[in-house]
Formats: sequence, structure tokens, C-alpha cells
Amino acid sequence: MNAVGYTAVAGQIVAVTAGAPLLTGWMRQVRARLEGRAGAGVLQPWRDARKLLRKEPITPAGTGPAFRAAPALLVATTVVTAALVPLLSTDTPVSGHADLIVVVSLIALGTLALALAGLDTGTAFGGMGASREMTVAALVEPTILLSVFALSIPAGTTNIPAIVTGAVDEPARLASPAGLLAVAALAVAVLAETGRIPVDNPSTHLELTMIHEAMVLEYAGPDLALVELGAQMRLTLLLGLLSSLFVPWGIATTGSWAALAVALVLLAAKLVLLGAVLAAAEVFWAKVRLFRVPELLAGSFLLALLAVTASYFLTGAS
Amino acid sequence: MSLIPAALATATALAGAGALAGCALPYRQRVPVVGVLTAGVGAGGCTAGAAALSGSRWSAAFPGLLPLAGAHVAVDALAGLFMAVAGAVVVAVAVYGIGYAAGHGAHGLGSHSAQAVLPLFALTLVLVPVAASVSTFLALWEVMALASLLLVLAEHRERVSVRQAGIWYAVMTHLGLVLLLAGFALFAAQTGGETFAALRAGAHTVSPAVRGLVFVLVMLAFASKAGAVPLHAWLPRAHPEAPSPVSALMSAAMVNLGIYGLVRTGFDLLGGGPAWWWLGLIAVGGASAVYGILQAAMASDLKRLLAYSTSENIGLVLIGVGASGLFAAYGNRPLAALALAAALLHVVNHAAFKALLFCAAGAVLRATGLRDLDRMGGLRAPMPVTAGLFALGALGAVALPPGNGFVSEWLLLQSLIHGLAVPGVAVAVVLPLSVALIALSAGIAAAVFVKALGVGFFARPRSTQAAAAKEAPRLMLAAMALLGAGCAALALVPGLLGDGLDRAVDAVGLPGSGAVSDGGLKVRLTDVSATLSPLWVAAALTTALALAVGLPRLYGRRRRRVNARLWDCGGGAPTPRMAYTATSFAEPLQRVFDDVLAPEQDVDVTPVRESAYLVERVRFQHRVPDRIEHRLYEPVLRSLAGAGQAARRLAGGSVHLYLGYGFAGLVVLLLILAVGW
Repeated sequence: MNAVGYTAVAGQIVAVTAGAPLLTGWMRQVRARLEGRAGAGVLQPWRDARKLLRKEPITPAGTGPAFRAAPALLVATTVVTAALVPLLSTDTPVSGHADLIVVVSLIALGTLALALAGLDTGTAFGGMGASREMTVAALVEPTILLSVFALSIPAGTTNIPAIVTGAVDEPARLASPAGLLAVAALAVAVLAETGRIPVDNPSTHLELTMIHEAMVLEYAGPDLALVELGAQMRLTLLLGLLSSLFVPWGIATTGSWAALAVALVLLAAKLVLLGAVLAAAEVFWAKVRLFRVPELLAGSFLLALLAVTASYFLTGAS
Repeated sequence: MSLIPAALATATALAGAGALAGCALPYRQRVPVVGVLTAGVGAGGCTAGAAALSGSRWSAAFPGLLPLAGAHVAVDALAGLFMAVAGAVVVAVAVYGIGYAAGHGAHGLGSHSAQAVLPLFALTLVLVPVAASVSTFLALWEVMALASLLLVLAEHRERVSVRQAGIWYAVMTHLGLVLLLAGFALFAAQTGGETFAALRAGAHTVSPAVRGLVFVLVMLAFASKAGAVPLHAWLPRAHPEAPSPVSALMSAAMVNLGIYGLVRTGFDLLGGGPAWWWLGLIAVGGASAVYGILQAAMASDLKRLLAYSTSENIGLVLIGVGASGLFAAYGNRPLAALALAAALLHVVNHAAFKALLFCAAGAVLRATGLRDLDRMGGLRAPMPVTAGLFALGALGAVALPPGNGFVSEWLLLQSLIHGLAVPGVAVAVVLPLSVALIALSAGIAAAVFVKALGVGFFARPRSTQAAAAKEAPRLMLAAMALLGAGCAALALVPGLLGDGLDRAVDAVGLPGSGAVSDGGLKVRLTDVSATLSPLWVAAALTTALALAVGLPRLYGRRRRRVNARLWDCGGGAPTPRMAYTATSFAEPLQRVFDDVLAPEQDVDVTPVRESAYLVERVRFQHRVPDRIEHRLYEPVLRSLAGAGQAARRLAGGSVHLYLGYGFAGLVVLLLILAVGW
């Protein structure tokens, strides 16, 4: 059982790290097809990463240790989170530590590292990106923690494996108004955290609209490869977290090899489906103006507050 | 058993010696001698506090020490916690102060008066929690207020703003004292004794209305000392204008005593109260947390930013204390103990990182003469140690792992999230909102400290002073390193504090929850489990970081890093003036919270005399005033001034008239006495 547990953790890390570029490639491909283009193929992000890793590392003039450490820190926080979140199994050696607040904070730590790197360049773009990213991150935080609150009420804990196991045992929790509202709120928060449309456009290079891309404008070579990998991993991880919380079926709750294999296949299927839906939605949405983003986030905050209230009064009544 | 009185007696003796040395010694010997003696005061307090935390108690009465009532002292674990925190901060800051004052000349912090007062201030910080009667407490409290006021005024020759800050502080702290005096006098009159033991014993006989009045009066006084909104107005003035070691002492040790007073009175002396007390406290805490951090986000003065961040953290503590009282009012004592433990742990954590941050800001101020973030920049190159320690403190302040602030904020969130087990609609409405407010303040705090670190220490220097900065002297660095080690220890092994924290919570009559234990952080309640092991998280992060750095190197061809130009859009190398400043960094947040902050903007266009269309000069001014100060304090000040003006008509200058007033007053008083009794 222990071996299965360790394998599950390793499997989660490898799945997120290796799968992230594929998921991004897949989303770009879906998008390209919907827009009538041929697309570069699902493997293109892998090819990009290989190319970038072989280039020489570059230090832009005037940048310091924060700039150099940020990409690795971004990837490191995501790797730790990938080990914690029950993507494949709820029964791992680290599942006791998989606290939802810790996971959310670790993701925020990655954001913070990149924002500092953006400021460290001393350019207008870096500062602009950092400033906008931190503003969005600050406004997302209440939504995320209230969703955490709503999810933890029925389970009685903020431990993610316990929440997931509870939902598997008692699927009615997910179909409750509280569950649905929390999904909607958390989904908006995930869009904002990963810098997707309508909050940020990951494929823009029009300076005045950039958030994430402006922050990382100075990166090149292997550093850029890490930054891109980190961003892709975060998307994969957060979509995986969403699917674990709201479509938990298939996640291994016991320590058997067969359940783990099934969980891996189902995780891939869920991510492919979620990625396709997101990519398709992005074709039809436009990015909103930066100063309309707070309205969107305020809306998601309201949903999360409703989720908590609904959860309290519905469980309180029963 | 005899460790506590011995340590306290030593601290008192050292403080006396320090005060004498400050008065008598010439400048060269004064600063180091007073510094060492003050550090001794802190060490004494820390020892006594640690002894109390490990379970010893001590109480004594000195009938002759104060007129009428005599002095009563008692040390329990709650007092011990605050003594230990204050003592530890004093030790580090006193050492820091030696280095700081040595460069400043014989004025300011190095002057006779400041050096004489410094050990006394340190002593009162340690001794206020020891007081066990109303008169002893108020006497120590007032000496602390006066000593800190003198220290705030230390640099009055250098800046006019110091005097203004001093006036604000003096007035507000004394209004607080009046409230405190009124509240305690009422309480003592109703219970028939002024020692804390008598108050505790008699609290149940007091009517609920009077208890409520006592709590409100005392809460206002303590909240104002703690810097809670809307009674915070003195804090963002006095903390930045004080010399940096004094700012550190005030922000990391003195404001805590407001929390101490609140916990002592609310839980221990009054023995808890109805829900509305605590709902009010949570409201004050929530307002302080969000408003404080928003103002910090707008501030471009580094020390002002840190001062507002103190308001924020005190707000978080108040939410914890309020939640604890609320849970206790509804009868859920284990949860109440958990919330109080979270609040007290946050007091400890805040003291550690805020002292470090103020010391680092002081090192920058000393090296560059700058407090304005917009003119700093690039300090990480000339001041690497200071920058690193500031980053460590900032990590604690943003409440993200692996910082120390995260541990207590996590505990606070856990207690609030599990608080829904407590019945009552008020709880169901207040707790989610509190969680949201904590989350919002944590989110904005991240932006605030990214701004402070990124704009102040990273990028390139924006002024000649910043470019010419030099690293702080070794003594200051050593003191800051001590505080940094404290932050790291609190962040990684908070379990070391577990037993002491339990005893402190026990001391106010809530059962210790065992919330923080064995190397990790464990919340164990009846049917709730949540575990956090900060050490484990930090180790995992370090391993993952090593992997993320190492693996790509194995794959890529190993090449040396090459330097390159920044991307300049083909327009020539960007100058430091093009970099984002603190003001521009905060602009999006300011726009989002436009309605709350109400920024003021003033554009003044002067055309040349010959033509209205040719512009000679454009003056642009932008200010984000403290709106609460605007709306709440200015009308009061205006009406006071108005009343004063109106009253001038009563004073015509005629002695007969004045004698007549005296006569009339006496007659009215006698009439009241005759009719009323």
C-alpha cells in the first residue's frame, strides 16, 4: 500500500509536469481548429521547451537574484502542490498534509515570485505586469478562500483528500446548490489565477493589455522554458484540482494498483475534456478591460458567499 | 519559582542604571552603555516571561510603593507571553539601537534625554503585563505612554512633522487613558476593590449593562493603543516619525499591550461577555485589517507603509480575539481556545517580523536618508544582507508559506471555518465575512510587500542617495539577524511555543486546546482534523526548488550565463525613471478601491502670459488622504475649535465676571447636592 501511495505521488508530479505542455498543446490545437487554422500540433509546446532549454541562459542588465530564482520557485511551488492535491489517489503518504489553504497559498507564492521578478527588471513592462498581477491576485483571494470555506463545511475539514473522499461517498453534496455555486466561483478564480481569457490573454503580445506576459517579458532561454512550464503546470494543476473537487469519480481511494491505473486514465480524460471546453469557450469570449476584471471577480466573490450561506443553511436545516 | 522576581528585579535595576547612564555619560560611552543595559532589561523580561510560560507563577504586593493603594503584581502565563515577546524584541532592538544611534550624532536618539528614557520605556514594555491592580496598571501604562512620547519626539529638531506627530500621539494616548480610567474606575466602584483579584471575584455581581459599558470603554482605549481603525490616526504619524528602533519597539511590543489589556479585561477580569461585545470587536478588527492594508498599499513612505501594516495585523488579531469571545459566549470553549491561541500566536509572529521590517527600514533610512519608496531602488546590490532580511520579514508579513505569518493566519482561518459548528445566525453571517476580509487583507498584503521589496530594494536606483547607499554596520546586521532567526524559528517549528501558548490560553479560563504541538501544527478538535507541518512544507519546497534548478541543467547544454540588454522597444536603454514606482504600482488597486480611498487629484495648468493656449507649467498633485481621519477627526477638531472660539466671548477680561462665574458654579453645585441627596 505504501508503495502504491508513493507511486501515486510520483505519478501526480510526473503527470502534471509532463502533461502540462501536452494539455497546452491540445488546447491550442482545439482553438486553432475552431478558428479554421491547421494548428501546430499537440506536441509543439514540448518542442518549444526543448529548443529553449538548449539555448544559452541570459541575464538582462541590472537584474538580480530574484529574477533568476523566480522561474525555479514557480515550478517548485507547483510541483509541491501537485504532490499534495489528490489528482490520482486520496490515500498517499502526504495526504494528511494536503490542506486546501496550504495549496492555495503555495500557488500564491509562485505568483508573488514572478511579480518580484517583474519588478526586478526595472522596466516599465515588468512593473506594469507585476502591479496588475498582484491586483488581480489580491482580488481573487477572497473568492478562493470562501470557496474553500464552502467546500469544507460538509466535509468538516479543509483537508482535500477528506473532501474528495466525502464527495465520492456522498455524491449529493456536489449536486447541492452550495456545491454548484462553489464550482462556479472557483472556476472564475481559476481563470484569473492562470491568466486565461477573460482576465488575461495568454497569447497576446500587445503591451498595454498584457498581465502575465508583461511580467515575464525579459526571460529568455532556459529561464523562459521554466516560466512557461510553470504557467502550463499551474493551469493543469488547477484544472485537475477543479476536477478532483467537483468530478471526483475515478480517483483511487484505496491503495490498489488497478485503481491507480484507472485514475490516471480518467484524470487524462477529464483534463482533455476540461481543456477542450475552456479552449472552445475562449474562442467565443473576448478579454475584458483590465478595470472591468474586478467586477467579474466581485461576481465570483458573491457566488462564493452564496455558496457558504447556502451550505450553512442547508446543512443546518438537515 | 524565584526566577521570575529575580529576573524582574534585575531588569528594574538595569533600567534604573540605564536611565542614570543616559543622563550622565558623555555621548561616546552613552550609546553603547545604555544599549547594553537596555538589552539586559529585555533579557530579564524575556527570562521572566519564559519562566511564566513554562508554568511558574508569581504574585506579590508592595504596599508602600504607590500612594493610597500600593502596588500589586502578578505573573501568569498570559502575562508571561507578552513579557517574553516584549523582552525578546527589546533585546534585539537595543543592540540594533547601539549601531543606529552611533551614526546619528549627539542629537536625536543619541541625546541625553532619549537615551535616559529608552531603558525606562523598555522596562514598562516588560512590566505592564505584570501589574495586578488598576492603579499599578494605569501607572505603568502612563509611564509607558510618556516614555514612548518622548522617544517619538527625539528627532524634533530635524523635521517639523515630528512635532505634529507628537501632538497627535499625546492627545490620543491621553484620551485613551481617560477612557481606561473611566472604565476601570466604574468597574472597581461596582466590585468594591481595585486589585485584579477583587475585580475578577466581583465581576459576576455587576449588572450586565455596567459590564457592557466597562467593556466598551476599555475596548476603545485598548483598541486605540493597538492602532485599530478608526482610532488609529496617531499610529501612521508617530511610528514613521519616531527613530527607527523606537518605531520597532512601538510597533512590535507596545501595540501588543493593547491586545493584552483587551484579553486580560475581557476574558479574565470580566469573565467573558455576551455576543454583542465580540461582534463589535470583530467588526473593528475587520475594518482595521482591510482599511489598514489598503492604506499601506497606497503609502509610498516605507515606514508609514509598515505602520499601516501594523494596523492590519492588529485587526487580524482582534478578529481572532473577537471570534474567541463569540465562541465562548455560545458555549463552545475548545473552539474559543483555538481562536485565542491563533490570535496570540499572531501577536508573537507579528512582533517578530514587524520588528525586523522596521529595523531594516531603519537601516535603509540610515544609509540613504530616504523613506520614500519612489526614490529608492536597487538597494539589494549595496545592502545585500539588509535586503535579504527585509525579504525574510516580508515573507512573514504576506502570510504565505514558508513564512511565520502563515502559521498563525492558517490557525485563525481554521478556527473561523470550523466556527460554523457554533449555532446562531449571527455567527453564520459574521464568520464567512471575516474569512473574506482576512483573505482580502492577505491578498492586498501580498501586493503591499511585493511593492515594498520590489520597488524599494530591486530594480535600479532612482536617486543619487539610493545609488550611494552602503551596508549597515555589523552590530545592526547582527541584531536584525537575531530577529530574522526568530522569524525563521517561528515559521518552521512553531510547535516549540505550543505548551506556552496553551498555558497562556488556560490562564484566562479557556481550556488549552493543544492547538500547536509536537514540531508541527496540529488542530485537534472533537470531530475535526487539520494538520499543518511548516517544516515539512519548507523541506518539500527546498527539494522541489533544487530539482527545478538542477534538472533543466542536466538536459540543456551547460553554458555560461551571458549578459544582455533589457528589451527597450528599439528606443535606447530604459532609464531608472521609466521603472515602475511605488505610486504607479499601487495605481490599479487605488482605482479598484476608488470609492473607499477617495484619492485627491489636482492639476494646475499655467499658460504663458501672451497666449492661453501655450502652456508654461503644469503642476500635478496626487494624494490619497486617510479618509477616516478626514471624515471622523476633522469635524470633531473643527467643532472643538469652533466651541473654543465661541467660548472666548465668555472671557471678557473682567475679573468681576470671572469671580461671578466661580460664585455661580459653586451655587449650582450646592443646589444639586441639596436637591439630589
